[in-house]
Formats: sequence, structure tokens, C-alpha cells
Amino acid sequence: MSVLVNQNVVSVIVDHDKCIAGKGCRVCIDVCPTDILALDQEDGKVKMVYDECWYCLPCEHDCPTKAIHVEIPYLLR
Amino acid sequence: METRHLEADVLVIGGGTAGPIAAIKAKAKNPQLKVLLLDKANVKRAGAIAEGMDSVNNAIVPGFATPEQYVKEITIANDGIVNQAAINAYAVRSYAMIRELDEWGVKFEKDETGDYAVKKVHHLGAYVLPMPEGYDVKKVIFRQLRKHGVQVSNRLVTTRLLVGEGGRVAGAMALDSRSGEFVVIRAKAVVLCTGAAGRLGLPSSGYLFGTYENPTNAGDGYSMAYHAGAELSGLECFQINPLIKDYNGPACAYVTGPFGGYTVNAKGERFIKSDYWSGQMMLEFWRELEGGNGPVFLKLDHLADETVTRIENVLHITERPTRGRFHEGRGTDYRSDLVEMHISEIGLCGGHSASGVWVDEHARTTVPGLYAAGDLCNVAHNYMLGAMVYGQIAGEDAVDFIAGKDFAGFDEDQVALERQRVFAPLLRADGLPPTQVEYKLRRMVNDYLQPPKVTRKMEIGLQRFAEIRADLAQLKANNPHELMRAMEVYAILDCAELAAQASLYRTESRWGLYHYRVEYEGRNDAEWFAFVQVKKGADGRPHCFKRAVPAYLYPIDASERDAYDRLRFEEPATV
Ligand SMILES: Cc1cc2nc3c(=O)[nH]c(=O)nc-3n(C[C@H](O)[C@H](O)[C@H](O)COP(=O)(O)OP(=O)(O)OC[C@H]3O[C@@H](n4cnc5c(N)ncnc54)[C@H](O)[C@@H]3O)c2cc1C
Ligand code: SF4
Ligand code: SF4
Repeated sequence: MSVLVNQNVVSVIVDHDKCIAGKGCRVCIDVCPTDILALDQEDGKVKMVYDECWYCLPCEHDCPTKAIHVEIPYLLR
Repeated sequence: METRHLEADVLVIGGGTAGPIAAIKAKAKNPQLKVLLLDKANVKRAGAIAEGMDSVNNAIVPGFATPEQYVKEITIANDGIVNQAAINAYAVRSYAMIRELDEWGVKFEKDETGDYAVKKVHHLGAYVLPMPEGYDVKKVIFRQLRKHGVQVSNRLVTTRLLVGEGGRVAGAMALDSRSGEFVVIRAKAVVLCTGAAGRLGLPSSGYLFGTYENPTNAGDGYSMAYHAGAELSGLECFQINPLIKDYNGPACAYVTGPFGGYTVNAKGERFIKSDYWSGQMMLEFWRELEGGNGPVFLKLDHLADETVTRIENVLHITERPTRGRFHEGRGTDYRSDLVEMHISEIGLCGGHSASGVWVDEHARTTVPGLYAAGDLCNVAHNYMLGAMVYGQIAGEDAVDFIAGKDFAGFDEDQVALERQRVFAPLLRADGLPPTQVEYKLRRMVNDYLQPPKVTRKMEIGLQRFAEIRADLAQLKANNPHELMRAMEVYAILDCAELAAQASLYRTESRWGLYHYRVEYEGRNDAEWFAFVQVKKGADGRPHCFKRAVPAYLYPIDASERDAYDRLRFEEPATV
């Protein structure tokens, strides 16, 4: 059985100029209840990896540099 | 796929609202004990209260209400099917819990004299205590966990309970959703606090994670308790909430009601007297939506500008803080626009309706050593404070239960079988993506279980669910995260089947929309003044049976009994 790769709009936006994941910060990854944020090994920044956001905001509120902005997922806008 | 072994005297599963209090209270009662609290997410920000709460929905504050009044109100709101002793166990501890939270640093609204500013939202009494600065509640509780020395373990997805000799609980098994390890935890007592079954119905947007409930609460606890042999109760009494259309926040009666906001139909007419969430209110709401008078709106545009600002400062900051962003995106301003409302997906939840794992007034399930608290247990309309109080009751009773007891011995086969079940989707070469199976399952839940309930539809639904059960043997996960989602599909499917079975069994209508069966209009107290229980039979299939409603502590007068059936304005109230 083969599967397609689905395309979804990223709704958790990370400002690369502000994100300090390179210095070891993992706050947003830790607090996200649905565990959908991960370190991008290529650029050393955080990114949304699953379209499973509850738009609840712990990631945005706890980020020490205010690098995250959560948008309402496209299907609900 | 290593196996890690842990041990605890008291194991608390679910670190949202009820769980942390259970752990704190167990540790406070006996600091020598090893109390372990684990969560699928991160306890610091896990559960329904992660971003605070708008209000205590059911505060019993002296001077405003008594336990007796409250127990009677909930008895009437829940159409008589309650164990009053269980509601009362919450009611008599409600005020002490508010005081304790206050001492810990949780902020509640107070008047000029420093008294709690309780508001009337329910049909009969006054129980709503606003928390306009309630966003810190989880942080405050987390500090207490640290202070009491509770051991915390995050990202552990519990999948099954271990059952020991004599049917006593012996611990639990979990998947580490980061490392992919299998974890076996032995415990002398287990407190299950895994919240509602929030991923049962599909929101009408089709977005899997747009649920009213925190989507980490997929119904795992219902499934685990069922497979451990516990009785579940009221699974036909669905949770359905009035929400903002397309946004999963309450509209919200508890916040705007005291400021003068209310619900209107398309003609601008008020049609319900009390916006307090009950099945009867939801039935009137649904009738208005479907009966040609819809859509239904929340009306705030008649309020003064500064009143609206105060409302925004609550609704857009605590609980569901993206609400303002949603309105902004659609250009909705409470000052000039009505807010379109809709009906949520269905779910199972003790805290909002009455569907949960059966517990008595000591939070004990029917499995020795196994407790349930919070939205997972069947104590009706218990909400946030009820979750905390039941956490307290469970944590303290568990300490008594384990006194002088050792770990229960258990059959190791359970571990081997569960390991096999959990890791199968990872080991399979290819197969069905868990999210796609979940989508189909939840879409079928909407099609066949959403009230009004129709016998033939529910029967077809059960057939479809059985076909999806066969599909589980083809689930494919590529990593531990997807494996967690695959395991959740198992739990959602169990909940869907149990909800259908319980709904078919109760051949009457009760709780307004929650159990509205078109072929059996109206309440039939002669036959159905009883709880409907469901339990796993010796044949491995769900068995439904009745459990008598225990004699009331506070009898309900015939004149009060139907108060919640008179929610509709006789004549449309034009405003
Ligand atoms: C949007 C919203 C608004 C609300 N507003 C109010 C209000 O204003 N006033 C009020 O009184 N009540 C309100 N409530 C209700 C109240 O929040 C809940 O009744 C209460 O918080 C439930 O507590 P709980 O501990 O049962 O569940 P939760 O706090 O949700 O905790 C459940 C925990 O279990 C964890 N978990 C789930 N499955 C597993 C597993 N398999 N293994 C390990 N861990 C697991 C989850 O990660 C979660 O942390 C609201 C609820 C919601 C969703
Ligand atoms: S919390 Fe903020 S700074 Fe830290 S990793 Fe996340 S986005 Fe980057
Ligand atoms: S809004 Fe909530 S679910 Fe979405 S990424 Fe942030 S913490 Fe995770």
C-alpha cells in the first residue's frame, strides 16, 4: 500500500531571526500538548511538523524571545 | 523498542487538572510514599486549564449557595440520574478547595469588601465565580507539585492498565512518544485522570484537532478502564456544547451572561431563559438552529463599550486565547456584530455532562485500587473545581487503600500482548495512515451517532465501526509520534462503540439533546429511572445493564423536578 504526502498550510510561524534553538532552547517543543514542534536539523530552528495544532498558545506565551506566532488553521479561518 | 520499568506506590495518570491535585494530596497525606504523575504531554502546560479558566462554573460559596441547593440543582439539570452522594462529596469540599487555591495564589474575582463575587448563570441558583486573571492557575498548581516532591514524567502515553490478582489494579503500560520506549509501571493504586473523550465526533470544519476538548484527551482513559474491567456509566449522555461557529471556544454564557450578553435567533429574539449548559438548553438551541429560526447568535452589541472591553479582556486572554485572532480574521467586533454560534462535535465527558467511568463518593471505580477523577469520571457537571476536588478525594483514598498492601502480582502475558499491539503499526512495512483512519472513524461518528439518535442509523454505525476495527490491523506508523496517534485511534473506536451500545440500550429520551431518540420521545421514568452501565463481558464484548439510582440525600419536590424543561420562553421575547 503506498501513500501520498499531504500538503497543509503551516499555521505556527517561527521567526528565524528571533529563535534561539541553536543555543539549546527547546521551550516551545517541550510545552506543546500535541507535540507538533521539532528542531529542523538543517537550519537549527524550530518548525511545525504535524498539522495537529489546537491553537492554544503555550508555545507562543512561553517562548523567551517571542519568536512564535500562531495563526488560526486555514480550515477554520 | 527497549522496555523501561518504573514503580510507584500511587500512580496518577494524566497531569491536567484532577491529576496534579490527586498527586499533591496523596503526597501531603503520606510524604513517605512514592507518587508518580505521568502525562502524554508536559504537565507544566497539560490539560484543559493550561491557559487558565474564565470562571469556576460551580462554586459553592457560603452566603451564595449551600451544598444542598447545588446537589438539587445538578440533580434536576441531569434529569434525576445522579448519585447524590457523589455530587455532595464535591459540594461539601468546594469552598475549602477555592480557599486553598486562593492561598496558593490563584486569582478569583472579589468585590470591594474582598468577598468572592459569585454570579447567577444556572437556572435556579448562583454558582459562577469569575476568574478574569485566572491564566496562572496551572503555573500555581505546578509549583505545588514541585513543593510536595511529586515525581513527574512527561510524554508517556498510557495505553493499558495492568490487572493483577483478584482483579485488582497492578499498574499501567505506556509508550514514550519521544524515544519510542515501552514503559511498564507497577503501582499499588492507580488514579486515572485522562480527561474527556474529546476526539469522538468530528468538528464540522473537518479539522481533526479543532475539538472543544484539549485533543490530547482522545478517550484513552475510557478505553483503558473498560479493558481493565471497570464499569462505565452514562455513555449515552453525550457532551454537546454551544460554541462559536468554526471556533472551539465557548460563546460564552458564563462570562458574558453576568454582563448582560445572551443568545438570540435569526430574528433577534431571545428563546432560552438560561444559557447554563444542559441537555435541555442544547435541545432548544438545536431546535432553533434546525427549525428555520437559525442561525443562533451571541448578542453583545447592546452593551456599553467598556463592558465589551471587560468581556474581551477575559475571553481573549484566558482559556482559549486565540479567540480574538479568530474574530479579527473574520472582521467580527462584539460592539457591532452578532457572533454566529453552532453546536460542537459530540464527546464523552463527566465534567460537562455525565458520561464517564463509574465512581462512588470516594472516587473508587469498580476495579479495586483503581480511581477515576475529573472529566473521565461520571460525576455530573463537575467542571474544573469538581475535577480538583475529585482528584483530592481519589489521592487521599488511594493512600488509605494501599496501607499495608504490597504490589499486586500480575500475569506477564499482559505485557507481551500489549507490546505486540502497540508496536505492530511501527513494524509493518506499509499500511493506512492513522490520521486518515481517524478521520473516517470520526466522520462516521457524526453520521450515525450525532443526536437526534435513530436506531437504524446507530446499528449501521456499529457495522461501520466493526469494519474500521478490521482496518486497525493495517495501521502504519513511521515514528513514535504517529504510533501515539495510532493508539489513540484504538481508544476513539472503543468510545464510539460503547457510546452506540449505551445509546441503543436506553430506549427513551433523556437529557434534552444529549440522548434524544426520535423513536422514543420523552422521559420514561417507570422503566428508565436508572443509570445505564457498560462493562466488558467474559466474551470480550460490551454488556449494558441498569444500575439503580441510590436514594436521594435531598429529595426533589415534584414542582422542582421539571424546572429545566421550562427553559424556553413561551412567547418570543423580542428585545
Ligand atoms: C475550552 C474549555 C473551557 C472550559 N471552561 C471552563 C470554565 O470556564 N470553568 C470551569 O469550571 N470548567 C471549564 N472547563 C472544564 C474544565 O476545564 C474541565 O472539566 C477540567 O479541567 C477537567 O480536568 P481533567 O483533569 O479531567 O482533564 P484535563 O485537565 O484535560 O487533563 C487530562 C490530562 O490527561 C492527559 N492524558 C490524556 N490521555 C493520556 C494518556 N493516555 N496517558 C497519559 N496522559 C494522558 C492529557 O495530556 C491531559 O493533561 C472548560 C473546558 C474546556 C475544554
Ligand atoms: S521557544 Fe522560541 S526561541 Fe525557544 S526554540 Fe521555541 S521558537 Fe525558538
Ligand atoms: S498553539 Fe498549542 S498546539 Fe499549537 S503549536 Fe502552540 S502549543 Fe502546540
